[in-house]
Amino acid sequence: MKFLTTSALALVLAAGMAHAGCGIEGGSVRILANDFDALGLVIDEAEGCAGDGVSVEANMTTEHKSLQVPALTVNPAQYTVAVVANNSIVPLLNKDLVRPLDDLVAKYGETLSPRQLIKVDGQTMAIAFLGNGQHLFMRGDILQQAGLEPPKTWEQVLAAAKVIREKGIMEYPLAASYQAGWYLAAEFVNMYLGMDGHFFEPGSAEPSISGEAGVRTLTMMKALTEYMEPEYMTFTADEMKAMYLAGDVAIMNQWGSMVNGHIDPEGPAPEIGEATILAPAPTVDGGTIPAAALWWDGFTIAKNISDEDAEASFIAMVHGIRPEVAQENPTAGTWLMKDFNAPDTAKGVLGNAAAGAKAYPMSPYMGLLHTALGAELTDFMQGSESAEQALADVEAAYRTAATEAGFLQ
Amino acid sequence: MRHRDFASFIFPSALAMLLFIALPIVSVAVQSLFVEHDQVLISVESCGPFGCQTETKVDPAATAALKTAQPLGKFNGLGTYLNRAHLAVSEIGEILSNNDGVADIVAQIYNLPFYKALSFTLVYTFLVTPLSMAVGFAVALGVNTIPRMFKGPVIFLSLLPYIVTPLLGSLILFWMINSDGVIGASLQWIFADPELSLKASPVLTWVTLIVYGTWHMTPFAFVVFYAGLQTLPKDTLESAMIDGANRWERIRYVVMPHLTPLATFVGLVLLMDNFRVFEPIIGFSAEANATSLSWSIYNDLNGQVDQLFGSAAATSILTMIGVIILLSPVLVRTWREFKRKAH
Repeated sequence: MKFLTTSALALVLAAGMAHAGCGIEGGSVRILANDFDALGLVIDEAEGCAGDGVSVEANMTTEHKSLQVPALTVNPAQYTVAVVANNSIVPLLNKDLVRPLDDLVAKYGETLSPRQLIKVDGQTMAIAFLGNGQHLFMRGDILQQAGLEPPKTWEQVLAAAKVIREKGIMEYPLAASYQAGWYLAAEFVNMYLGMDGHFFEPGSAEPSISGEAGVRTLTMMKALTEYMEPEYMTFTADEMKAMYLAGDVAIMNQWGSMVNGHIDPEGPAPEIGEATILAPAPTVDGGTIPAAALWWDGFTIAKNISDEDAEASFIAMVHGIRPEVAQENPTAGTWLMKDFNAPDTAKGVLGNAAAGAKAYPMSPYMGLLHTALGAELTDFMQGSESAEQALADVEAAYRTAATEAGFLQ
Repeated sequence: MRHRDFASFIFPSALAMLLFIALPIVSVAVQSLFVEHDQVLISVESCGPFGCQTETKVDPAATAALKTAQPLGKFNGLGTYLNRAHLAVSEIGEILSNNDGVADIVAQIYNLPFYKALSFTLVYTFLVTPLSMAVGFAVALGVNTIPRMFKGPVIFLSLLPYIVTPLLGSLILFWMINSDGVIGASLQWIFADPELSLKASPVLTWVTLIVYGTWHMTPFAFVVFYAGLQTLPKDTLESAMIDGANRWERIRYVVMPHLTPLATFVGLVLLMDNFRVFEPIIGFSAEANATSLSWSIYNDLNGQVDQLFGSAAATSILTMIGVIILLSPVLVRTWREFKRKAH
């Protein structure tokens, strides 16, 4: 009995502390998020606010993008928080499903730094906490063996690959996530941004990729495949990781969020992790900015919920992304929180940002262009079509889709 | 049976068919005639951790007003069916009036997404259907002759490919045909070609998918034919043997005619099943080289953030029309036979 009382007391105390820690008066927090480790950390922290009339539930799934619009359209919304990235926030904005956060930021956001606020038309619509993007992962030992300096441009990467092959160290020293579909399109976006390309005519949904920058982008992407395994059209980021850890790749442009899996001393290939050099994405074609799109992950609060739930959700999420979480887990991701002392693992993405890399566009029709790129560039990448024809096909496919979606007439 | 009894007997299934088959088809057909409203776009400045940019944005209030007025969307008639992602009528007209000969026409039409998907779907259907029927028949004949005590395990093993979920089956094979995988490495060794990859060229990808499809569908043909073999009239077989017919002649003139109705049934089911080929394309990451009509529907519904419901609905209806065309010869024959017997 005494034990029971003590544990009951402990529970009350814990609840009281959680209450003190998060300061929520009551309400329901329901989180919809993508499924990867760094997000899990944040959500675990937010779940610590549960108790004392506050419930916190989370659904972490890679299918979050197809769930979010219907789930937030119903009233009251099924989730109070949608964790999004710069591409997946777009449909929520298009359909007006998330609420402006300025009042909540003023009231409860003292731990947030100004750069975390995602502002659209002057209103804060999301709070970012992670940065991401693709950057160079290089095998220092192989570069040394070939007598090479770490490359800084894609042209140098090509030259380095040639040397590595000619010295007989590796037949296919490069890898890229060129799987037909989303990944291939993402790689095009990276390279095209590095060429200072623009995806659309200013202020309209008219595509503008078939110009000279587009052709040069494709030419460089195709030139790189010369030094990749013949199956390059099936490689995803996960497949690249497996190849890299198997020692089959010397240089690749891999996701910053995956650094830990590549250099883990407890992982399958600690010696490869040891030899790995992380650097910002290369520039291309004499450009000055890294050829890689910048991404952020952040949270939004649903519109169709009670103000009490919105407040509870905001406080719980801000608790989940308080600066201490970043300081205690420095290698988990490229945190955007205040006073985050970035370790070397985050230098790739931060290096991209510092060198002026561009963010992945938040245009409402970028998703349609992305799909068109993923489907229509494959013929060119396999050498059965010219770059001009491929880009014309992309624009035609995009126009069809954008017309159906009401963006073009 | 009295009419009233018949009606009350058929009513539950008629209702179920109406609810679960007819209504969804009607809804898809209606959906395919509509596209989204014109979106009202505004230019705004958006800022984030990586600086500010001028971006366009949908004006949700203005667009919502349009939506309330016409919730189904903007009526587009057959426009979606005729656009580039589907029948591409104007593109084909352009190609026909401006080309360098037949080969160029074929290449240019194949470059259009719908026809690319249709080509693979048809080749797959018309190769996998007869192949899996032939192999299934051969396996059934073989299993029928082995001693009774081995039959159970052999039948179970022969059914395995059909039991494995297509997506998993193709994923497992995808890893096996990787150049580091057991099949991929063996092939490279057999052909003494370190560059050989089943995933790299369109032709080899098609071959892989078709071999996989045959492997997956054979057990279905096998199990139906095997069941059919159990009903073979013993006396006809024995009299054929007395007449001096060898094994092949017995199969050709006794077994095959006996199984013809079953073969029609198996053929029908396989045609329908193969025409909607989808999972292996995902499992083998074959999108670069082979797409199918079902894959097009998936691609429309599974964009980065957008879903093109009208486009997916139009492809669905076109797929249904395709199935009806494919099955019509068999259906017409069955109908004629039915009428002949009725007289």
